[in-house]
Amino acid sequence: MDNRTRNMYLIPYGLWIILFVVVPIVLVGYYSLFDIDGQLSIVNYKRFFSPVYLGMTLRSFWYAFLITVVSLGIAYPCAYWLTKTKHKQLWLLLIVMPSWMNLLLKAYAFIGLLGTYGPVNSFLNVVGVGARQILFTDFSFIFVAVYIFIPFMILPIFGALEELNPSLVDAAYDLGASPWTTFRRVIFPLTISGVQAGCQAVFIPALSLFMITRLIAGNRVITLGTAIEQHFLVTQDWGMGSALAVFLIIAMGLTMWITTGGKRVS
Amino acid sequence: MKKVVQMFVAVFLVAFIFVYVTARINSLQGYSGANTLTIYNWGDYVDPDLITAFEEETGLKVIYQTFESNEAMLTKIAHGGTSFDVVVPSDYAINKMREQGLLLPLDHELIPNLEHIDPRFLNLSFDEGNKYSIPYFWGTLGIIYNSEMLGGKELESWEDLWDDSLRNQIILVDSAREVIGIGLDSLGYSLNDTDPDHLREAHDKLKELIPNVKAIVGDELKMLLANEEAAIGVVWSGDAALIIEENPKLNYVIPAEGSNVWFDNIVIPTTATNIEGAHMFINFVLDPENAAINTEYVGYSTPNRAALEYLPEEIVSDERFYPGPEITDQLELYENLGKRMLAYYNELFLEFKMHRK
Repeated sequence: MDNRTRNMYLIPYGLWIILFVVVPIVLVGYYSLFDIDGQLSIVNYKRFFSPVYLGMTLRSFWYAFLITVVSLGIAYPCAYWLTKTKHKQLWLLLIVMPSWMNLLLKAYAFIGLLGTYGPVNSFLNVVGVGARQILFTDFSFIFVAVYIFIPFMILPIFGALEELNPSLVDAAYDLGASPWTTFRRVIFPLTISGVQAGCQAVFIPALSLFMITRLIAGNRVITLGTAIEQHFLVTQDWGMGSALAVFLIIAMGLTMWITTGGKRVS
Repeated sequence: MKKVVQMFVAVFLVAFIFVYVTARINSLQGYSGANTLTIYNWGDYVDPDLITAFEEETGLKVIYQTFESNEAMLTKIAHGGTSFDVVVPSDYAINKMREQGLLLPLDHELIPNLEHIDPRFLNLSFDEGNKYSIPYFWGTLGIIYNSEMLGGKELESWEDLWDDSLRNQIILVDSAREVIGIGLDSLGYSLNDTDPDHLREAHDKLKELIPNVKAIVGDELKMLLANEEAAIGVVWSGDAALIIEENPKLNYVIPAEGSNVWFDNIVIPTTATNIEGAHMFINFVLDPENAAINTEYVGYSTPNRAALEYLPEEIVSDERFYPGPEITDQLELYENLGKRMLAYYNELFLEFKMHRK
């Protein structure tokens, strides 16, 4: 294939990148420079450094961090166990299947499950723990977020574990390493790329979660995503919404950079 | 390369054929510009039987499209490319639409049934002289509560919400003016107050309400209250009627300090292509008998005085949903405070939502 035809094939992808990646980001940056009256100003960025938005940013990071840690804690053992099972493809399918369902439907299902008169509380009553408020708490928020994101954590870790050469593990045992040392010194370092990919896939969207902050957390958890939604849909303050989005983009870029250890993404 | 081009051509061809076929089917069924009427309304906000009756009476074909919020509706109409003939915005949205020049003046001669509207619902601040709009349904903002869950306690005022015994019992609607309005009303300020000190005071007072607030949600509120997820909700009267229909244990009250009164109104936007048909439709739904049928279906309060005679006594005499003038005179309409003030309300509301228990 000569060079010209190859370049022709690049056109659709190039157009896609320009139209749906570059132009929107430039537009977001452009809009962020206008105040609510449509005047050019940096007031939106000043407002971002007020206690309300800084607090919101800190909180967004904290919740996204918790969601990522819990997901990782569940996903790693799960992925490890998956590599040892017989029907890997079936189990993988079962893990991925919930993500085929519409997010809104899942959220509504959780409202029913976790509600005061829902099955979870009925169960707690039966076992004698007694009904308690589950819906609209931090716990329910993190639980549902982890439920939504966990397939994106399991898959890359599973991929990395599958690629791991089992003879390396055998070698570690032969040389007298305990199971814990083997994990810590051999398995985990060799699968770190999967962990990084999984953490990015969870942390970044978790930062800008909105919808479930209202449906599951009853707006008791306010993230930057919620604020952006409000600025665009209710206040019609596109400038402030865009400024928040710019900060999210920067934060996400930093996250990518940190989780890849400051190295260039290969 | 050739294959790529072929594929593109094929996709365009198929798309073109679909567009053509749809247009053809529409025209075969009589859906062509001149004899159709496109209504853009809230979901489930008109009795479908009335639409059928209107089609039979006039020979027009009605296309019914729905929106979920005034903001979404405004954006769609402002961007053009639509041909809505009749739209039903809320009061404050009418203000905005007038400002943006999106409304056509109504020809009152073509709407003789206008005389049936209760005069106290005419000439309102958002459209004096009803040049552009006619009230369609109306209601209030108030408190819905389940006194069984509260051990027989009855609520009467906004102030009652701050009671220590109501820990974690209140569900608020996720809307800035409504929630900040609770603070303003309970302090005796106007719902349209623009004094930053008063608004700050209202916010500080609302902060004290946080321990009693279980959640701040959207439309799910109806389901949550009907399922007794919480004992108290701050809701619009129309939603309250629907919730009570589902769970009769609940009761609705218009708070003593005053509250918001709202109107959804019929207007003809500048996008209209069938202006005559639009007037015919407006006159049709204002007919007392039709308005009564519509009211029974929708469940909101009708501003049509003559229609009340056709409605069951227990609906019309229900002071909760048909408060008399002595109560409605105490209530306030939301005025258009301008983008900047609205942003400030939202900023305070966001701050309110950020407070932890």
